[in-house]
Amino acid sequence: MLKVKNIETLYGLIMAIRGVSLEVQEGQIAAILGANGAGKTTILKTIMGLLEDQPDKGTIEFLGKRIDGKDAEEIVHLGISYVPEGREVFPELSVDENLRMGAYTRRDKKGIKEDYDRVISHFPVLSERKNQWAGTLSGGEQQMLAIGRALMTRPKLLMMDEPSLGLSPILVKEIFGITKMINAEGTTILLVEQNAKMALKISSYAFVLENGRIVAANTPDILLQDEDVKEFYLGIRSEESVKGYQRWKKKKRWR
Amino acid sequence: MLGQLIVSGLAVGACYSLLALAMVIIYKTSDVLNFAQGEMAMISTYVAFTLMESHHVPFQWAVILTFLFAILLGASFEFVFLRQAKEPTVLGLIIITLGFEMILMGFAGWKWGPDQRSLDFPVSNIETYNLFGLVMSKINFWTIVISLVLMFILFLFFRYTKVGVAMRATQQNQLAARVMGIRTKWILSFTWAISSMVGAVAGMLIAALGVLDPTMMMDPLLKSFASAVLGGMTSLPGTAVGGAMLGIIENLFGGYVSLAFKSVVAFAVIVLMLCIKPSGLLAKHYVKKV
Repeated sequence: MLKVKNIETLYGLIMAIRGVSLEVQEGQIAAILGANGAGKTTILKTIMGLLEDQPDKGTIEFLGKRIDGKDAEEIVHLGISYVPEGREVFPELSVDENLRMGAYTRRDKKGIKEDYDRVISHFPVLSERKNQWAGTLSGGEQQMLAIGRALMTRPKLLMMDEPSLGLSPILVKEIFGITKMINAEGTTILLVEQNAKMALKISSYAFVLENGRIVAANTPDILLQDEDVKEFYLGIRSEESVKGYQRWKKKKRWR
Repeated sequence: MLGQLIVSGLAVGACYSLLALAMVIIYKTSDVLNFAQGEMAMISTYVAFTLMESHHVPFQWAVILTFLFAILLGASFEFVFLRQAKEPTVLGLIIITLGFEMILMGFAGWKWGPDQRSLDFPVSNIETYNLFGLVMSKINFWTIVISLVLMFILFLFFRYTKVGVAMRATQQNQLAARVMGIRTKWILSFTWAISSMVGAVAGMLIAALGVLDPTMMMDPLLKSFASAVLGGMTSLPGTAVGGAMLGIIENLFGGYVSLAFKSVVAFAVIVLMLCIKPSGLLAKHYVKKV
């Protein structure tokens, strides 16, 4: 469905993405894992066309069409939707207006109504807060609103950037549960996460990103067995060394 | 006397409100203070004047054509000057508007000369209405009515139309707006077009109340800026109320205290307001939680 081939993205002179290729199949939940500054968000922004004149090199294909170099507005129209990191709702618009802005590019009134009801059924709390300013919602509610707003574009591919950021464990569970449900309804999902444990639990394929390169890509059950993934992303310590202490920084195999 | 002063102050205040609204619409979407607002309105008013005077276009057609001109002027200014700015800062953009102001003023001086003219408005400024024992010139009355109607239309536009809501959305979060498929650049041009049109209405009313010459907007622009500060730069209703209040305060001061210092009151109001409540009377601003 989405094919990214060898993209390189520059911020000024700094190369943030150093030749990343990845492929998302229809119906999948794909996850991109990685530490801070690995370039996860940059990949999503590049796909979404939010960075001017980027990617510098490489191609991005969506449903067989080249989308690199297109505007965000066109890409939304083709069926990709993006839930930005840190929620980014419109703080001084009501919840209702926020959701309706999600359907900005659409003209089909009936379809919009359907999607609106679907979002409300996923997130009933939003209908209680319908007329409230979005900025006055709690963090979890804002995240739900951001996801709901993205769903209002009726996307074929939904890209979520750290939906668990700053949420309590219970809310994280809820958000991931809903993510799974959205996927089951037929929306392909590309998820970027630092919470590797959760992400590996719900995804069907995962990429590990480091310093702008993909260093591992596999199904979650295989990645979960990987020594390095275990130690660096899941926090499971490997055994102590002969000298009796843990090495502060273990050398990764993939370097 | 008191009622009389309030009523005539209200008419002038309505003009301040409109001009201030035009400024605030732009300020809200792009954080830029448009100092060329007054001169854009002045040029538009001159266009109406020329159409009626030299080409004998009937008033209503002249007004419609002027609106079209104002829309074009606003949108093209944004497109030709502001958008070309490379990695612009807000200050840089404000300086561009200042430059544009001087270009427009120079152009008006060259094209129409410094003579004072009068705009041929179909409402008389000598005949009066008698309302509840208050005498009110017809032009004052219609100025208030036109302003109120226009403000109401603006309110409906920002509240209920898709484009209006998208304009507010763009102002609050540009990134998110782009992700929703809103063409933010187009929205910005549109904002300038609307603002320029509202300004043109204010310009025509001000010319009808007073005279038409290239410097006619200097004073009203500063006053409307004061109204915007008084009401809150980010709140449209606040700005409208601020304009009306300033008009009344100014008139009362002129009537009871000193006519010579009437114009200074506006600036005293700015200073006072910035000391006491810098956000303005009606601005409620959502503060981002960390």
